[in-house]
Amino acid sequence: MIELDNVTLSVGTCRLEGLSLQIPSGQYAVLMGRTGIGKTTILEAICGLRAVDSGRIRIQQVDVTDWDPADRRTAYMPQDLALFPTMTVRQHLEFALRIRRRPDREIQQRVQELARLLQIEPLLARRMRGLSGGEAQRTALGRALAWQPAALLLDEPVSALDAATRRTTLELLKSVNQSTGVTVLHVTHSEEEAAALADLRLRLTADPRNGRTVLEYC
Amino acid sequence: MQESSADKAVQGSTGSVRPVSCGTRRLRDAGFLLVMGGLSGSFVLLIVLLLAADLLFTSFSAFTAALRQPEIFAAFQLTLKTCTAAAVMSLWAAVPLGYILSRYSFPGRQLIDVIVDIPIVLPPLVLGLSLLILFHQPLPGTSWILDRWLQEQVGFPVTYRWPAVVLAQFAVACAFAVRTMRVTFDQIHPRAEQVARTLGCSRAQAFLHVALPQAWRGMITAFTIAWARSLGEFGPILVFAGATRQRTEVLSTSVFLELSVGQLDAAVAVSLLMVAMAVVVLVILRSLGAGLST
Repeated sequence: MIELDNVTLSVGTCRLEGLSLQIPSGQYAVLMGRTGIGKTTILEAICGLRAVDSGRIRIQQVDVTDWDPADRRTAYMPQDLALFPTMTVRQHLEFALRIRRRPDREIQQRVQELARLLQIEPLLARRMRGLSGGEAQRTALGRALAWQPAALLLDEPVSALDAATRRTTLELLKSVNQSTGVTVLHVTHSEEEAAALADLRLRLTADPRNGRTVLEYC
Repeated sequence: MQESSADKAVQGSTGSVRPVSCGTRRLRDAGFLLVMGGLSGSFVLLIVLLLAADLLFTSFSAFTAALRQPEIFAAFQLTLKTCTAAAVMSLWAAVPLGYILSRYSFPGRQLIDVIVDIPIVLPPLVLGLSLLILFHQPLPGTSWILDRWLQEQVGFPVTYRWPAVVLAQFAVACAFAVRTMRVTFDQIHPRAEQVARTLGCSRAQAFLHVALPQAWRGMITAFTIAWARSLGEFGPILVFAGATRQRTEVLSTSVFLELSVGQLDAAVAVSLLMVAMAVVVLVILRSLGAGLST
């Protein structure tokens, strides 16, 4: 479960006030809103990369507001994917497990599972250079899922893909959510993506009366 | 309604404005390239002429005879060792400092930024003098002197010995290395490190596993610049380490010493040796950098 309780965030001169939401465990939530309204800021706050001014953030009912990003059990996949250019696909899948000093056998088993799930087995030895958009997307997804996070935060994950790859990636995201039970918060502009994926739809809008940003279920 | 520039361009292409002919365009391009080539070529030509003048001044036999002198051979060896030591030390300091300046905002950052640049703008002799004063000035209110303490308590005298050469080289070279590393880390997007932190990394692990491997090329450039800068260092070495033959004499001081006794042939031979060393180091490290980045 991902829970925001009356959270206030400041980004430069922009301010998001009194944000509250609850995404039940295992649900696929889609957050929509116009460009620059603060969708990415909310994701960064949930995964701990941005401090909140006030309010509480809970993951699996544990208050993680003051926790380091490393301890929150949230996996963040930014829009640009932020893959590690010096590593192979296999090293990406191993990364979080190696950092946690998991046994080698467990790491290899998990890498094989993920590679099969994401259909990237033939790519394991490849470096980032030369991967297609879809392949890079799957690698980033595998890296995020490797240590079985409680929440997966996706920032416009298919916006840079062509129509065919976008369709297969959306199917993959939904099947990952269903097969792993990970709670997903997916940020997008696209109604089509929301229709295809969402168990829960959220919208970030500016209130025309006072200009305040409002987070609402829709 | 006003006509947009795009509309005007379309009109131009449809005939109301006569398009520039292919020949005229080529002529204009040639003029542009000629001006750019001429201006930039003047600097390259100056360097080539300087080297050619040195080469024409000396002969191969005079060159080898000068380099066979034991003093110059010792200076060559000391130069290799001290430049490498100064470049390694510079890299050790420049990587964390460049990273901190690139990634973090904190009170005093601007001040540190300015302090780092001081050795670049400071006259070399002033830097040497400052080092000398630092090591020989008694601590205010006491009789404790850093150089004496190093000599008597640690058994590692610095002033007028080879460590002074390394320190003088390091003081200048490190400033250039820090600049290079700062730019390197500025060019690496911090997003990958942030993602690494959400995957379980501490800040240190994100730096070591994600940022540092991406900074290889910059580290090699910083090392090269620090090494080359150390090779050319003269003023601070002369003041802080002296120019004692076969003890604190590096190649830049050899040129000075040979000139001061009227041995122009030897001075030119050493100069050419320094040019050759700089070229060899630049070529090796650049090819190494290219290999690592692929």
